[in-house]
Amino acid sequence: MTSTSVEEPAGYYGAPVLKAPVWTWEVPLYFFVGGTAGMSAVIALSSLALHASVQIARTALWIAALGAALSPVLLAKDLGRPARFYNMLRVFKRRSPMSVGAWLLVLFGAFTLPALALLESLSWLARAGIGTSHATGLLVVLLAGAAISGCLLATYTGVLLGATVIPAWFLHRRFLPMHFGVASLGSAASLLLLAGHDARPLRALLLATASTELLLGVLLETGRHGKADRALRRGLAGWALRAAALATGPAALACALQHWFVPAAVAFLGGALLARYGWIWAGRASARDPEAVFAAEEL
Amino acid sequence: MAIGDGTRSPNQARHDFVAKQVRVGFFTDPSLCIGCKACEVACKEWNGVPEDGCRFTGNSYDNTGQLGASTWRHVKFLENDEPLGWSFFSDVCKHCEVAGCLEACPTGAILRNEVGAVYVQDDVCNGCGYCVVSCPFGVIDRRPEPQPGAGGAYKCTLCYDRQIAGLTPACAKACPTESIAFGPLDELREKAKARAKELQARGLTSVRVYDPQHGSVRGTHAIFLTLGDPRRLGLPRRPQAPTSYLASAWAAALFTAALAVAGTFAAFAMALP
Repeated sequence: MTSTSVEEPAGYYGAPVLKAPVWTWEVPLYFFVGGTAGMSAVIALSSLALHASVQIARTALWIAALGAALSPVLLAKDLGRPARFYNMLRVFKRRSPMSVGAWLLVLFGAFTLPALALLESLSWLARAGIGTSHATGLLVVLLAGAAISGCLLATYTGVLLGATVIPAWFLHRRFLPMHFGVASLGSAASLLLLAGHDARPLRALLLATASTELLLGVLLETGRHGKADRALRRGLAGWALRAAALATGPAALACALQHWFVPAAVAFLGGALLARYGWIWAGRASARDPEAVFAAEEL
Repeated sequence: MAIGDGTRSPNQARHDFVAKQVRVGFFTDPSLCIGCKACEVACKEWNGVPEDGCRFTGNSYDNTGQLGASTWRHVKFLENDEPLGWSFFSDVCKHCEVAGCLEACPTGAILRNEVGAVYVQDDVCNGCGYCVVSCPFGVIDRRPEPQPGAGGAYKCTLCYDRQIAGLTPACAKACPTESIAFGPLDELREKAKARAKELQARGLTSVRVYDPQHGSVRGTHAIFLTLGDPRRLGLPRRPQAPTSYLASAWAAALFTAALAVAGTFAAFAMALP
């Protein structure tokens, strides 16, 4: 018997070699919310420690605190057994990015929420005649903790995706933390601009992050891995990632260079949110593509 | 092995591997498999694994589909033109030495037991789903509604409960041809090598032992023979534990985090009068 000329599907009848991520809409939204909150804490610390603007620091800390409160809710909601969310804190495993992330989120909340309470009570403390220099010192310490845990909260999500078996993700394990971190910083600056703080440092941050996003977008488009990461360029995920890269990169940058900071901020925020969904969709498609898994083995 | 030897096989005898902490595993030999799916049935029966759908796939006689939260043994059917052309392959969790699922589990629900198997503690698992994207073999999955135990991650337990009682895992016990052999891992490795040699001598030159010891998974507790390209069976040729990607990903994360802090400080410092 001769073999037929019909092209056979890859692998076992074209069946997926890997299991697709089971995460629902809450997880990419958490990537966005947690990242923006984390980088807001960095802005709050910078603004306060350099005596630039207490008002910016206050709004930034509010964003950080709201994000710190919302993030665990989103994460718990995504669990298969939400009532057991506290098992996340049963152990600490440094080799599990999910475990490191859960503890980072706890640390972030533990620094951010008291910092906000302290900042909001400073004027009351002054009126009551309690030494505000000590309170300000403590506030800077709390903010430093929030900023350190915050900047890691914004970047670890890239490690979370990068250290998996999904080809479209692990092939870009260096890109993802950079992209998520830069998108988070730009989102934090954009939100503050939209909140009415039209300040030079925030404009500079939006310009810098939009430029970096443009560069990262070019890097992703040129650093292709053929079949292995084709999920990034195909279907829903492909279009979402392209649209997101255009929004956070060229679109936001062009608007910012024209001093249209409100449209720039809106474009950047929309792109940063869409990018997180795009990466999750790409992961699903990549896991279901046996040819991608086999191609990644040959790289 | 002569006909009748199976009745005296150590595979079927009572054992004390758990008490003696002997590393055990499966050796699944597709050249002996007759595709009866008794392993699939015995596994479901013993472990109380729920029904997970009845679909006609059109893929030879395989309507099971794939390993998953409610399928812990899966007989794959291949129809080729070569000798042993209609072949059957009973797939199972590989119980990796460096197990992606175990490393990824943030709750500590997944552990390695006395016999070296990777075991999910159902009363601890909170269903975060991170093990699902960390298994290089696509084995573990979260059980969907409306199946019993929905929301948790499930996979083969290597019949830990049976082993504690000195019994052979259900699939190996039920296998009528001893295509599924259970026992000390070292012995099974020797057995697999000898069987591969024997089959190669008999003309099945494409027979290989599937036991990926050189990649980052550092070997498995479920070894197989494959006839031809393992990818035809949906098996990766070089499975990797995703922990091998941690260092480079974290380096990028720390670099970006530091740069973001420095950049933000610079932006605010520049604006100072």
